[in-house]
Amino acid sequence: MKEETLNHNSFRPGRESADGEAKAIFGFWVYIMSDTLLFAAIFATHAVLHNNTFDGPSAKELVNMTFVLTETLVLLASSFAFGIASTYAHHHNKKNIVLVWISVTFLLGAAFIGMEMTEFAKLFQEGNSWQRSGFLSGFFTLIGTHGLHVTAGLIWMVSVFAQVLKYGLTDRTIGRISTLGLFWHFLYIVWIFIFTLVYLMGVI
Amino acid sequence: MFGNLTLSALPHEPITVGAGIFMAIAGSSIIGLLFYFKRWRWLWAEWLTSVDHKKIGVMYIILAFVMLLRGFSDAVMMRLQQILSVGDSVGYLPPEHYDQIFTAHGVIMIFFVAMPLMFGLINLAVPLQIGARDVAFPFLNSMSLWLTVFGAMLVNLSLVVGEFAATGWLAYPPLSGIVYSPGVGVDYYIWALQIAGVGSLISGINFFVTILMMRCKGMTLMRMPVFVWTVLASMTLVIISFPILTATLGMLSLDRLLGMHFFTSDFGGNAMMYVNLIWAWGHPEVYILVLPAFGIFSEVVSVFSRKKLFGYTSMIYATVAITFLSFVVWVHHFFTMGAGANVNAFFGIMTMIIAIPTGVKVFNWLFTMFRGRIVFASPMLWMIGFIFTFTIGGMTGVLLSVPAADFQLHNSLFLVAHFHNTIIGGVVFGYFAGITYWFSKIFGFKLNERLGKAAFWHWIVGFFVAFVPLYILGLMGMTRRISHIDESTGWQTLLIVAGIGVVIIGIGVLLQILQMIVSIRDRKHNMDTTGDPWDGRTLEWSTSSPPPFYNFAIIPTVHGRHPFWDTKYGESEQVAPHYEDIEMPSNTPMGLYIAFASVVFGFAIVWHIVWLVVLAFAAILALLIARSLDYNTEYVVKAETIAKIEAKRK
Repeated sequence: MKEETLNHNSFRPGRESADGEAKAIFGFWVYIMSDTLLFAAIFATHAVLHNNTFDGPSAKELVNMTFVLTETLVLLASSFAFGIASTYAHHHNKKNIVLVWISVTFLLGAAFIGMEMTEFAKLFQEGNSWQRSGFLSGFFTLIGTHGLHVTAGLIWMVSVFAQVLKYGLTDRTIGRISTLGLFWHFLYIVWIFIFTLVYLMGVI
Repeated sequence: MFGNLTLSALPHEPITVGAGIFMAIAGSSIIGLLFYFKRWRWLWAEWLTSVDHKKIGVMYIILAFVMLLRGFSDAVMMRLQQILSVGDSVGYLPPEHYDQIFTAHGVIMIFFVAMPLMFGLINLAVPLQIGARDVAFPFLNSMSLWLTVFGAMLVNLSLVVGEFAATGWLAYPPLSGIVYSPGVGVDYYIWALQIAGVGSLISGINFFVTILMMRCKGMTLMRMPVFVWTVLASMTLVIISFPILTATLGMLSLDRLLGMHFFTSDFGGNAMMYVNLIWAWGHPEVYILVLPAFGIFSEVVSVFSRKKLFGYTSMIYATVAITFLSFVVWVHHFFTMGAGANVNAFFGIMTMIIAIPTGVKVFNWLFTMFRGRIVFASPMLWMIGFIFTFTIGGMTGVLLSVPAADFQLHNSLFLVAHFHNTIIGGVVFGYFAGITYWFSKIFGFKLNERLGKAAFWHWIVGFFVAFVPLYILGLMGMTRRISHIDESTGWQTLLIVAGIGVVIIGIGVLLQILQMIVSIRDRKHNMDTTGDPWDGRTLEWSTSSPPPFYNFAIIPTVHGRHPFWDTKYGESEQVAPHYEDIEMPSNTPMGLYIAFASVVFGFAIVWHIVWLVVLAFAAILALLIARSLDYNTEYVVKAETIAKIEAKRK
């Protein structure tokens, strides 16, 4: 079934539900494309506003690259952990291993969010909130939107964990692992752009 | 406890009070009738919780017509104010109320009339045309409908509780920022559009997937009906452009709620960024609306000329070209921003280039009619009226695309006349043609043709009487959104003529309502027993009117572009039908619940009621999770049941 996911000819009349997962995965791909555009709009705004610091601090003065690199690696590790979970779900049908790796993903994702909150709190305490300048509004909103997506992913992960725990690895739960996986890896890719465009280019 | 919401939010002005009372009477009489006829259970089980695309389509269209009456009343009030408010007289509307009215008119007509009409017709026709039993995600389809409905309700609520935005339909900052619009109007605007916008985005994905994955056997891309093609193009635009709207309104909201500085005039904000972003959504939006209308005209012109469509392939390529070009013209909405000669020249030229694929389409329609046996049924009248009106609107558009000319005409009534010319002449005429064309398919009886034709003539004559004066006034220098004019301008006469035009259109609207009533009364005489009242060519006419809930007992197999025509007039192999079990989606109220929680969330944010924001958000989350844990979303219709239903239909 997985090999056929994107082939519409595999649709068989009267067998809608067998293709239900295929439709869900394709639909989710399309949703991710649209979410990319949402991020693109905020990235564009950040690009326009990144010099509008209004005599406040610029990215250069605010960013601690070691901290951000650690954050990036944590999220990368989380994405990798989910990759292992997917592999075990798709090819080995090993429920317990899948559950373990989903938990690892969750913990790493939660650690990432924790780090991001720490960074935000520090900026706030130093008086550099989003109200300080147009640049900081864009900075907080872009990273915050990504953070909200990750948080949504974490909540979703709990739900998928519970479903695998209860129903085991069926067509349906594997389908849900696939869509969550798409979302999770997508968020990592978005983060790479944030890392490059906001942090790296901001520091240079 | 209630945030910023106090009793002073209730209306004071006689007009708003009257509108509020009218809504209360209309609402309570509907509720009363439902109790009187004991129809609650029927309404709930058959309609509100339905995931059947045909019923969802009908509900979209009902919403559109209710909101059309509201948007049209706004238009009448604006015309009346401009006629009366000359010289010493200040008219009957205070400026802040007048400003809310033109904002509400634009917002309602685009988001809650044109969009629901479009999604309604797509719901009715697309699954039938591609030989499918439903859409890809029936539950999400129901959720999209209710998000749109509740978004519209939020706009109507603002009439009674608080106020609506007084900023124009795109709410440009810094006017829409918290400094210059401290009230709740802009917040109502933002959240109504956010809620409806999410609904539109989900619908966009839904139909995109439906068209790409659920076509019946043999229906390759280049065999799809033109309407399906234009919907595919339009949904692509929805998927790409609506996230931009969400992000843009989100940032405006953050400016207002959290004191950010995206679009403010100080602290390094950039208001022109908003204007760029909103038009990066806004320009594709007009093509989102008009492309499906082009598709409907392509179906109508071929059926009523008794010929196959001239230049099918070029029609598809033109559609795709327009889809692409619609993303590279947005700056033409604000040439006066001062982006520089080269930027303006690029966007001006791109805008002119759009006229080429559009011209291809117009000639294709004309050549389809050429030497055809034209039947002047009312869908065809809308089609011919469209060709005239839209061509004029297109030509004034090319005029406006010249940056030098645009510097004179920007924000004038010439512009207002131009976009009404394309939207009424293109979009509205197209959807009216679609409704008349497909009405019998959904309800099993035809609309009254005489009243339909009378309505058409009032609409088109009224249109020209109402909008040609606006072109002239625009050239005379009258800008849009003016609530008072000086006598020395000499504009009043033309404004009165425009007002007469609105009255004529109003008679057209009344005739349409009458047409609906008369058609329902005389439905026994207008029964469509064949399922094919217009001698159609595509699959939707191959099933009965109305179709059974599963649309097709046996999914058809297609061998060409005119599958039903070929079966009717070619040699068709008659084989004994062999029915199989069908899986159909079960009805669910979840979409309704989620949309309701969303509108409560929006209302709470508008009034800063913190506990309600948290509660509504938690409710949305809980409902979404509950739905994703529900594994029993489908049921099986047994082959024997289908055989029974099919036997009864014959």
